[in-house]
Amino acid sequence: MLEGLLIGLQTAFSIQNLLMVVAGCLIGTFIGMLPGLGPMSIIAIMIPVAISMGDPSAALILLAGVYYGAIFGGSTSSILLNAPGVAGTVASSFDGYPMARQGKAGKALTIAAIASFAGGTIGAILLMVFAPALSSVALLFHSAEYFALMVVGLSAIAAFAGSGQVAKAIIMTTMGLIMATVGEGALFNLPRFTMGIMDLQSGFGFITLAMAMFALPEALFLVLKPKDLKGDDGKIKDLRITKAEAKAITPVIGRQSVQGFFIGVLPGAGATIASFLGYAVERNIAPKDEQEEFGKGSIKGLAAPESANNAACTGSFVPLLTLGIPGSGTTAILLGALIALNVTPGPRLMLDEPQIFWAVIMSMFIGNLVLLILNLPLIPYIAKVLAVPRNYLIPFILFFTLMGAYIGQNNATELLILVGFGVCATALKFADYPLAPLLIGFILGGMMEDNFSRSMQLYDGIAFIWERPMTLGLLAIAALLVLLPSYRARRARARAAGVADGD
Amino acid sequence: MALDRWIALILLGVCLTYGYAAWFTMDGSLPPFMQRNPIWPSTFPKVLSILGVVACSIILLGFEKNEVKEADIDYRRLGEYHLGQAISLLVLMVVYALCLRPVGFLIATSSFLILGSFILGERKWHIMLPVAFVATGSVWYLVQEVLGIYMRPLPGVFGG
Repeated sequence: MLEGLLIGLQTAFSIQNLLMVVAGCLIGTFIGMLPGLGPMSIIAIMIPVAISMGDPSAALILLAGVYYGAIFGGSTSSILLNAPGVAGTVASSFDGYPMARQGKAGKALTIAAIASFAGGTIGAILLMVFAPALSSVALLFHSAEYFALMVVGLSAIAAFAGSGQVAKAIIMTTMGLIMATVGEGALFNLPRFTMGIMDLQSGFGFITLAMAMFALPEALFLVLKPKDLKGDDGKIKDLRITKAEAKAITPVIGRQSVQGFFIGVLPGAGATIASFLGYAVERNIAPKDEQEEFGKGSIKGLAAPESANNAACTGSFVPLLTLGIPGSGTTAILLGALIALNVTPGPRLMLDEPQIFWAVIMSMFIGNLVLLILNLPLIPYIAKVLAVPRNYLIPFILFFTLMGAYIGQNNATELLILVGFGVCATALKFADYPLAPLLIGFILGGMMEDNFSRSMQLYDGIAFIWERPMTLGLLAIAALLVLLPSYRARRARARAAGVADGD
Repeated sequence: MALDRWIALILLGVCLTYGYAAWFTMDGSLPPFMQRNPIWPSTFPKVLSILGVVACSIILLGFEKNEVKEADIDYRRLGEYHLGQAISLLVLMVVYALCLRPVGFLIATSSFLILGSFILGERKWHIMLPVAFVATGSVWYLVQEVLGIYMRPLPGVFGG
């Protein structure tokens, strides 16, 4: 391994490759900030550039830089404007945006940068150590377990997003799942629930829905009730994190980097599930008084999804590099680039072309480090976005919201859907319905149904639930997660009413 | 009845309609070879419709009690906020969506940005106009020229 490390270092530390990392990080960060262009689209756009370089190591190093930069850029827009452009950064807006509203935008971005850095770096270390062994574990997960894992993720979110209103959160999750069934499913080539509208044939766009659920209601709230986005004294304060805060988030980052990495290893799970699960887990194990803070600007609530997200992105390289199976959309595009460069990822990659394997890992370290060095000094300037006068900021938020939905689909009907759902989401927000579960249900819905259908077909019925112990266990956890909060609330009420406990 | 229960009622209607479509209208047109499958396109929607109906009824019938929290914006006094501005902006967004294709990106976007700040009460034209034009131009350049995503810049009559 040491020998491999040295080969990687040698390749990655040439001037040309270092420049590649820096350029990739910058491009990724700036384009990633535009909602609507996630890592996947940016990498797809950069592929012609990367392929024309001809050197697979340099190309991969450039693309890895773009990848990490795009993820960080995506967090920026979800923290500052509540406009998550990528599914993986939705969870970062839960606590990041409230922090920005309290005038702590700089601090939020700093935490995001540090958490991403730690997540990515720890992920890369784990990748180095576990890659060969993990590839066999990932193959043990069948579609039944994926289905169960997604049920766990959804119920964890439903149980924790609604702050004691589990039924509302379940309604919202179900609505999200229902919306995911609109359009043509992957397994059945039948249009479903499109009401004969051609534009719905391919379903609702993720970005359209994300913008409608988060960015648009938020902008409308700002219009309805003008509030300063800046701190009380009109300045962006609290750029640095204090020692106590650093102490609070260190264990969170550590835990979530490891958890995120292992979730990322599972093909198909990826950064989105990792960030949501990370958020839910951290919320659940936090002390009672800190639990209240979640969703209102908790630093733990921001650090958890950020580090999990980045660690999972690194983890998703495991099946790609060791088995040649891309675990996510982004790695699928990377696989395409690799094949175009005449590199076939798979079990033989580590033996045949060790310099590529190790150069990728080293470039992950360098990419993360460069990102941190580039972004920490830039944060005060990025955060200044919020200091733009409201009369200009709001039209621009609305414009970027619309643009994000338009670029992806090139379809003006999408914009009308966006406005319509935005109005609905605002009404739901008035009535205190949590909107995040809806979006999460929508994101996971398609994958969940596919895996459910696949396991139904493999087992010719729902027997897979009791015939696979791991599935059964995961589903039992999911049921507990939903029932426990309402049981606890009921008992607390009974106790408050003076009724003695049963025991 | 509070707003959240009204919404639950509406969502219940949505779930029932969805459930009706899933339970009664979808299976008829299923090709015979698919009928042998253990899973049909309507299986998952059927489960979802039941789940949705149950969850909506819980809210509607008030099984789950929750304390009323001080909301950010009280919808009962909606008239006291800048409702007019919000509605005009929504209308503006719809108009923008409808105009984007026929009028072209450059004109539609710069007018959207200018009218948007105008609705919010901005009257400093010497700042508004340059900001809108520069922003529109640079976004268009970035998307069309750098990223290579086609957006019709000018009205169709000019061959855009």
